[in-house]
Amino acid sequence: MSVLAHVFEQAGLATVGISLVRGQAESAKPPRMLNVDFPLGRPLGKPNDAKFQTSVLMAMFGLLERTDVPILEDFPGSIEDQTGEAPDSCPLPPRHNPDLHAAVDEAQGLRNAYDRNLKATGGRTLVGRIASVDGIVGLIEQLIEIENGSSLAGVGWDPMTTIAVGQDVRAYYEEAGLQLADNTGARQLETWFYHHTATGQLIRRVRDLMKERGEDGTAVTYLAPMTQG
Amino acid sequence: MAADAIIRKNVGGLPSPDLAPTATVLTKPLSECKVAICTTAGLRAAGDIKLWLDSSFTVLPSESRDLQLSHFSPNFDRAGLTADLNTAYPADRLNELVEAGVIGSVATNNLSFMGAQMDATFSAIIQDTGPAAAQILIDDGVDVVIFTPV
Repeated sequence: MSVLAHVFEQAGLATVGISLVRGQAESAKPPRMLNVDFPLGRPLGKPNDAKFQTSVLMAMFGLLERTDVPILEDFPGSIEDQTGEAPDSCPLPPRHNPDLHAAVDEAQGLRNAYDRNLKATGGRTLVGRIASVDGIVGLIEQLIEIENGSSLAGVGWDPMTTIAVGQDVRAYYEEAGLQLADNTGARQLETWFYHHTATGQLIRRVRDLMKERGEDGTAVTYLAPMTQG
Repeated sequence: MAADAIIRKNVGGLPSPDLAPTATVLTKPLSECKVAICTTAGLRAAGDIKLWLDSSFTVLPSESRDLQLSHFSPNFDRAGLTADLNTAYPADRLNELVEAGVIGSVATNNLSFMGAQMDATFSAIIQDTGPAAAQILIDDGVDVVIFTPV
C-alpha cells in the first residue's frame, strides 16, 4: 500500500492512507499516513460504529493539506485484539446425530445461524473460494480424511486449495458466530472457532499433522492463523 | 503479547523500496474533490473470488457492496469486516460525507489490491499495475485516494 501511495502521488493524485503497522510506514515512507493502533483487519477501528469510523476518515482528510511529506501521524487511542478470549456467550449446537463426526454434526447444526447472518447482510458472505455453503460439510469431511491419513493430494487438494478450504470453513463458522454472540472484539470469533469448535480444533490438528508429514510449507503456514497455536 | 503485536513485530521491519515521497497539492477545497478508495484488503466482487497472490488489481463499482475477501493471509481479524464492510472499506461513510458537504463526490469505481505482496521489489506495482490503476482514477476525475489495509 505504501508503494502504491508513492506511485499514485507521482501520477498526480493526492493520497492519504491508514497504517496498521507503524514499522512498515516508517520503512516505506509513504507521503501521508495515519497510523492507527487498531486490530489488524479493522483499519476503521469499530464495526457498526459510523461515528467512530467517520472520525478516522476526518483525521485522514486533515493530513491532505500538508506537504511536509512523509507524514506519519498517530490517531489517538488504541483498540487491542482479544486473541485467547472467546465471546462470553457463543453457544454451539448440541450433538444431534452421534453417528456423525462431531465436526460434521456441529457444522450442520450451525446452518440456521449462518443463514440468519446471510439474511442480515443482504446476502453478503465470505464463503465461496472453493465451495458454496452447501459444500462446507464436504470440505470438513475431506479434512477428516486427512486427519485419518490421507495426503493433500489424496483428497485432491493443492496447497492453494488447502488454504482456500481453511478460509471457507472459517468464514462459515464466523458468520454463524456473528448471530450467536454479541459485540465480539477482534479475534474473539477466531479464538472461538479454532479453540472451542470441533471443526476449528480439527483444522489445527490437520495443520500439525501436515507439518509432521512434510506437506507443502505454504499450506501448513496459511491453513490457520500463526497466532492460533 | 497480543496476536497483533506479535505480527507487527514480525513484519514491521521488512525492507521497502527506497522511494522519495512526493506530495500532490490539492488545487481545490476538499468539498469539491472526488474521492476514491484503494483497499489492499483483497476484496473482489462476489462470484469473482479467488485466492490472490500477485500485484494485479480489480475495479469495484463504488455502489457495489456484495464484495468478498480474497486475501490469502489468515493472520488478521475477519469478523469485523464480515459484520460491517465499512470496517475496512468505508464506502458508506464516504457517501455520508458527500451528503454532509465534506467531500465533493465519490469515484465511479474504487480499486482493490492484495496486500502483503510476496515480491519484495514491488517492481510490477511500480512499473505496471500501480500506474495503470492510477490512470483509471485520473480518467474518472479523481482528486483524492484513501488507502485502507487489513
